[in-house]
Amino acid sequence: MTTTVLPPYDDVVARYEPVIGLETHVELGTKTKMFCGCPTEFGAEPNTQVCPVCLGLPGALPVPNRAAIEATIRIGLALNCSIAEWCRFARKNYFYPDMPKNFQTSQYDEPLCVDGYLDVEVDGEMVRVEIERVHLEEDTGKTLHVGGATGRIHGATESLVDYNRAGIPLVEIVTKPIPGTGAKAPLVARAYVTELRDVIRSLNVSDVRMEQGSMRCDVNTSLTPAGQTEWGTRTETKNVNSLRSVERAVRAEMIRQASLLDVGTRIFQETRHFQEDTGDTRAGRSKEEATDYRYFPEPDLVPMAPDAAWVAELKAALPEAPRLHRKRLQEQWDLTDQDMQSVVNAGAVELIEATIAAGATAAGARKWWLGELARRANEEGIELSTVGATPAQVAELQQLVDEGKLNDKLARAVLEGVVAGEGSPREIMTARGLEVVSDTGALTAAVDDAIAANPDVAAKIRDGKVAAAGALVGAVMKTTRGQADAKTVRELILSRLGVEG
Amino acid sequence: MAAISREEVAHLARLSRLAVTEQELDVFAGQLDVILQSVARIGDVAATDIPPTSHSVPLTNVFRDDVVVPGLSQEGALSGAPDAEDGRFRVPRILDEEA
Ligand SMILES: [Zn+2]
Repeated sequence: MTTTVLPPYDDVVARYEPVIGLETHVELGTKTKMFCGCPTEFGAEPNTQVCPVCLGLPGALPVPNRAAIEATIRIGLALNCSIAEWCRFARKNYFYPDMPKNFQTSQYDEPLCVDGYLDVEVDGEMVRVEIERVHLEEDTGKTLHVGGATGRIHGATESLVDYNRAGIPLVEIVTKPIPGTGAKAPLVARAYVTELRDVIRSLNVSDVRMEQGSMRCDVNTSLTPAGQTEWGTRTETKNVNSLRSVERAVRAEMIRQASLLDVGTRIFQETRHFQEDTGDTRAGRSKEEATDYRYFPEPDLVPMAPDAAWVAELKAALPEAPRLHRKRLQEQWDLTDQDMQSVVNAGAVELIEATIAAGATAAGARKWWLGELARRANEEGIELSTVGATPAQVAELQQLVDEGKLNDKLARAVLEGVVAGEGSPREIMTARGLEVVSDTGALTAAVDDAIAANPDVAAKIRDGKVAAAGALVGAVMKTTRGQADAKTVRELILSRLGVEG
Repeated sequence: MAAISREEVAHLARLSRLAVTEQELDVFAGQLDVILQSVARIGDVAATDIPPTSHSVPLTNVFRDDVVVPGLSQEGALSGAPDAEDGRFRVPRILDEEA
């Protein structure tokens, strides 16, 4: 389609200054929808979690969910926003079947939270991302397109709609434009979304899973030629469904826009779609008159006026900011910046924390989560938290090692069983007979057997060639199937042969 | 001057997916103009000491607790739909390309 040669990224950032902006939607984890008591559980049969309110049937009256408003205020507070003393919902009118009412109840010029910020760290440097607004709205239904390709009459394409998701509370978090990040713009975008996810997760108001759609991100990008002050035309990239994609989408859009600006082509303000497979963006639908939403205050909902005392109470009860929390943990765990970064990158902060709370040492907890378990999660392409072991199980495993009941090799075998769902480490150790042989009677017999079977080696050791003991240790480990402690075996061999270690 | 033009009425009709004939446009533009002019007269009596209001009752913070209330069955939900398939509402497709 296009024959344009894309310029290298380094060239792009040498000649243009990017300005980015992010709009993030977070589906709240309330039990019920925003304006009705329908359940919100994922995966139900289509149109079984609906009622006259969320189907927009005549005469139905919406009533806002207090828990959703509280969650939104908490998100606003955690993002250092001011909370509106008085605000209203608004109708956003549009003609599309994903909302049966022909409008989405949203907020327009009176958002619940305004003017905040979130500090994020990029390459050891702090970047302050200003938050424009945090508002509350409702999610849309899911449309499934059929026809045409399925052999119907040409043009007779249709949509099948499930409204189970319609009306689930959705929080929209909008940043102010972020200028001045230069070549780091893609990293800043990713760091912001990551930090935002952690903040929201710490508030326990949403499971914020990008791959499952409970957190969705739109990325705005524009380029300004170096030396100019007026910002360029921005595009909005949708369909950005992972943290990695946030970074890739900004980068791809910067390169694409530069390739056009280089030859004097102007950028159109448009919606583009990120392509996960190719890593580039493509022009989306052009919705004619799409911006004419004819917002007006929702007449069926009375204004919200969050009580100052309530807001103060919510603010006082906020958890520690994830960034500060991590800093404190790093000191407690005595980790270098780099080591802490590996923990964060592996998504292991909370898991290690919980493992320590369950009785493990920091070093022990980190060893298993960043070692064996991180490797497995990586191999299977899953999140560490879903790898199949719990913090309590890891703590128990480490305890068995500390008690000398398991050596490293046996512990790994036990962990294998834990991940496979065979039970607790102690149960698996017993069931599989993996315990270290500590019964000295059995061990002594095994040592004596090894000495008897290797008279040459035994003679060397008796002559003072202590290093030769390694061969006998190996023999004993073999007969005990690795279930003995090598150090104990060595000491036992030397003492049976009357040699000082 | 009219409070609403014929073009604006046509634009609103298009946004609402209403098929309005040329003749109807003239009729509706005239009728809507009367309504808007009448409503606009409220502005004449509203002094600066009367704040604009969107709700007729002086209420705020009407909320509900986050408690599940049984809704409709799938059959009930689809009973008023002109068409349905596989438990879903079947509607004409609106845009050529889906987001
Ligand atoms: Zn409902």
